[in-house]
Amino acid sequence: MNRPIRGVALFSLLMVMALMVNTSIAYLAESDFLNNNALNRRVTDARFGQDRGPIMVGNSPIADSVVVTDQFGYQRTYPVGELYAPITGYYTYQYGASALESSFSSELSGEDNSQFLSRLIGLASGAGVKGGTVETTINAKAQKAAWKALAGRKGAVVAINYKTGAVLAMVTSPSYDPSELATHNLTKASQAWNRLNADASKPMANRATKEIYSPGSTFKLVTAAAALESGLSADSKIDAKTFKVGSWSTSENCGGSTITLTKALETSCNPAFARLGAGLGADALRTQSEKFGFGSKFVTDVGSVASVFPSDLDPTYTAMSAIGLYEVAATPLQMAMVSAAIANDGVLMQPYIVQKVLDSDLRVTSQTTATKYGQAMSSSSAAQLKKMMVGVVQSGTGTRAQIKGVTVGGKTGTAAVDKNRTPYAWFTSWADDPSVAVCVLVEDSDLTANDTTGGRVAAPVAKAVIESLR
Amino acid sequence: MEAVVSYRKRRGVEAFMLGFSILLAMGGYLITHLNRDAALPPNWPFALTALLIIATALHAAIRWRIPYADPLILPAVMLLNGIGLAMIHRLDLSDLKAPHSAELQLTWLFVAAAVAIAVIAVLRDYRILQRYPYLLFLVGIILLLLPIVPGLGEEKYGARIWIHLGHYSFQPAELAKLVLTVAFASYLVDKREVLALAGGRVFGIELPRPRDLGPILVMWLASLAVLVFQKDLGTSLLFFGLFVVMLYVATEKLSWAILGSAMFLGGAYGAFLAFGHVQTRVSAWLDPFSNYDDNYQVIQAQFGIAWGGIFGTGWGLGRPSLIPLAKTDFIAAALGEELGTTGLLAIILLYGIIVARGFRAALGAKDPFGKLLAAGLSFVFAIQVFSILGGVTRLLPLTGLTTPFMSQGGSSLVANWVMIALLLVITHQVRRPAPVIAAMPVASLETDTTEMIDLGEIQSQLPRPEPVQARASHSEWELRHSADAETSELAAVAADPDTATLEAVPPVTDSALILDAETTSTASGIDSGEDES
Repeated sequence: MNRPIRGVALFSLLMVMALMVNTSIAYLAESDFLNNNALNRRVTDARFGQDRGPIMVGNSPIADSVVVTDQFGYQRTYPVGELYAPITGYYTYQYGASALESSFSSELSGEDNSQFLSRLIGLASGAGVKGGTVETTINAKAQKAAWKALAGRKGAVVAINYKTGAVLAMVTSPSYDPSELATHNLTKASQAWNRLNADASKPMANRATKEIYSPGSTFKLVTAAAALESGLSADSKIDAKTFKVGSWSTSENCGGSTITLTKALETSCNPAFARLGAGLGADALRTQSEKFGFGSKFVTDVGSVASVFPSDLDPTYTAMSAIGLYEVAATPLQMAMVSAAIANDGVLMQPYIVQKVLDSDLRVTSQTTATKYGQAMSSSSAAQLKKMMVGVVQSGTGTRAQIKGVTVGGKTGTAAVDKNRTPYAWFTSWADDPSVAVCVLVEDSDLTANDTTGGRVAAPVAKAVIESLR
Repeated sequence: MEAVVSYRKRRGVEAFMLGFSILLAMGGYLITHLNRDAALPPNWPFALTALLIIATALHAAIRWRIPYADPLILPAVMLLNGIGLAMIHRLDLSDLKAPHSAELQLTWLFVAAAVAIAVIAVLRDYRILQRYPYLLFLVGIILLLLPIVPGLGEEKYGARIWIHLGHYSFQPAELAKLVLTVAFASYLVDKREVLALAGGRVFGIELPRPRDLGPILVMWLASLAVLVFQKDLGTSLLFFGLFVVMLYVATEKLSWAILGSAMFLGGAYGAFLAFGHVQTRVSAWLDPFSNYDDNYQVIQAQFGIAWGGIFGTGWGLGRPSLIPLAKTDFIAAALGEELGTTGLLAIILLYGIIVARGFRAALGAKDPFGKLLAAGLSFVFAIQVFSILGGVTRLLPLTGLTTPFMSQGGSSLVANWVMIALLLVITHQVRRPAPVIAAMPVASLETDTTEMIDLGEIQSQLPRPEPVQARASHSEWELRHSADAETSELAAVAADPDTATLEAVPPVTDSALILDAETTSTASGIDSGEDES
């Protein structure tokens, strides 16, 4: 019987070897897939419990990890959560991460390739992997001033240093506290998540960069820029009489039947700009709007959408679009960029929100340098448009943004999208000292529809932001 | 005649390795606590004492009753047990619902060790088990099919291999594998000559006679019933594989193995086509991520093993509690996570060593029953390890079998320890020196394969007689087959009148006689002889 016993023993040996070979192959072939699988709680927990580096505004962290004594080890906290929520985003167990917490996740967790050196040192010294630091361009004073001036109204404020493109303030209201979602009490986190998502006022929406709104009269800046580029000047006389195209007509007393372009901007004269836009044509308007950044995404680190200038316009819609109606839609960031390009002699700088990334040993691993996005308009046209915007603030619809000793240019906007609700109040502006472009949107004001103008509601907010930067 | 090998007892080696395995197990236990709390557990001396008592008792029992037993088997089993206990304890630490499984398992280990000692003490000659093949076969089959009984059987995690008695539930398959191995061995010792007779030839393979297909058909149907009604491929594979392999070993006819494998594969494929739940299991095996919720267990086990990487997270530093059933079915995944692929391979090797030692005993055994029993026990152990570890590591569809000596669970632990005790007893019989009979007048016939011994004379004079019947038939049988491998049915029956004689004499009576003879002589003869050496 020994021959079959040897055979069976050999067979058993093969079974044992099959187990060993299979285990080895599984290690080689499947480890990476399994260890990076989002369904693997070990992966998510280990990530969630990482000692992530801080996100900084100036010298204070707006997101940081603190040691706690639970299974995760580190708790992500947001000291002034509501104020900086659109910038930091959230870092949660169940719902992933957003904004900088998401886009700079590998740098914050210390796992980025650029942090190889510090990771190596950390491993060798036994200190473990520590996260890097993300320094933002945000100015705490401007951010707080904008938040305070919005005073809880639905809306957004974006301030940009137009010489560099650095975003100085990005406020959205109402907001939320990311700490509520980051808590290790997962039940509370999911309650907060459900509550915030069910909230009709959409507190988790980033109104500054991720929502587009009808820009109303602020879009007249783009139309004016196109007009100046086409050869008109600030003093060119234009027809301000009732404008009629197709079944649509617009009329308004703009202080005369023929007025200068400057005067038309100061009074935000609808018939004059509608006629101007219809004359320039849809393609010229679109080209100009795209030079200002329409159709592209900016500051994608915090998540953004592109502003829209509609395609395939007939003359009626071209005229309506020229005064910011119909399907023209822009983010507050976009309208701040329009002011910024005008103020910066026609040069549009690429906006950015992350200044530097440091590794855990505070070595700079990446740094953002100011880059030019493009020439939105000629410097001579820009100079004229600047002067026209100053006129709006000095003697037009934006007088509430005047600041003593500072040259401020601006443009108001009131977009009545729906008769039943209060219109969007816009004000986009710039100041020469400090060099900042500020755009304010107030979505719902407590004023009645016909009473609301960008000048009344939004301009004071811009003024507050500019003053905070002095 | 094979060369006479003189084995040393090697009890000192066994003692040393037992100490080593306790050291490793205690290491796992203490490192878990050091890693988690940076402090030793307060009752570690208690745990150490418990393990020492068990190891010492087993070691002493072996020294006392079966001093020539294989010295490797017990330390390997103790190591598996110790690591299993350490892992169960480690899982207790993060299990709020059942935080004292390890203590319970340690109690079971005491019981199992006691039963093993009892087997070693009582069953010094395993041939007593040869007496009741049909009764044991019946008991085994009933045990095997017990979970199908409504009200008694219980479906857990998709497989119906548990029965429920009050608060206590266990897998009757664990006991059945033991009972059936013994039953098969004793049945085949009787019938192997008939079963070896050739029938027709198909594709050049000699098939058995159709009339001999009865037993294999019974086992085939029982195995398919297990597969279909108990939904467990592992259990089905275990029993049918065991039967086929023992048939092959007994008859030396490869045709049995081929026929059996073909029948099993055909039946399994038929079951796959016919039953949805079998298909679900197969898809869970081939592509677990196709349905995350349904294949949660397998996926979690893969996550755990992958997280461990090559060297593991270390005792207490992984998260094996995320794996469902980590203390029972998936303890290998928990070990893979904390000890790594390396640790898992080491554990597989430990099982391999036990299996190898078992087969070594089968090769060395002097009687066919011992050969069959040792080969059967080793193979059933091998295939169980293969099924469960293969299921956890996704080499095979998942099965609900326990991981021997490691999984939490009393019935499995006791059954496996009894199995090890039987193997130890067989190895003792294999390794001990041949009885001193050189002084006898018949000693000149020693070189002959057939040894003529007068039974009456032995009973009156010899210190220790050989089991005449078994040995004689074995040698004759081997002689005949080596002389004429192509024995035809007619030739075998006609030329070998002994076959008929063997059939006619009830084997029960034979072995009873011999055993009586031996037990009476044991007390006086052997023990004193061993004391002298």
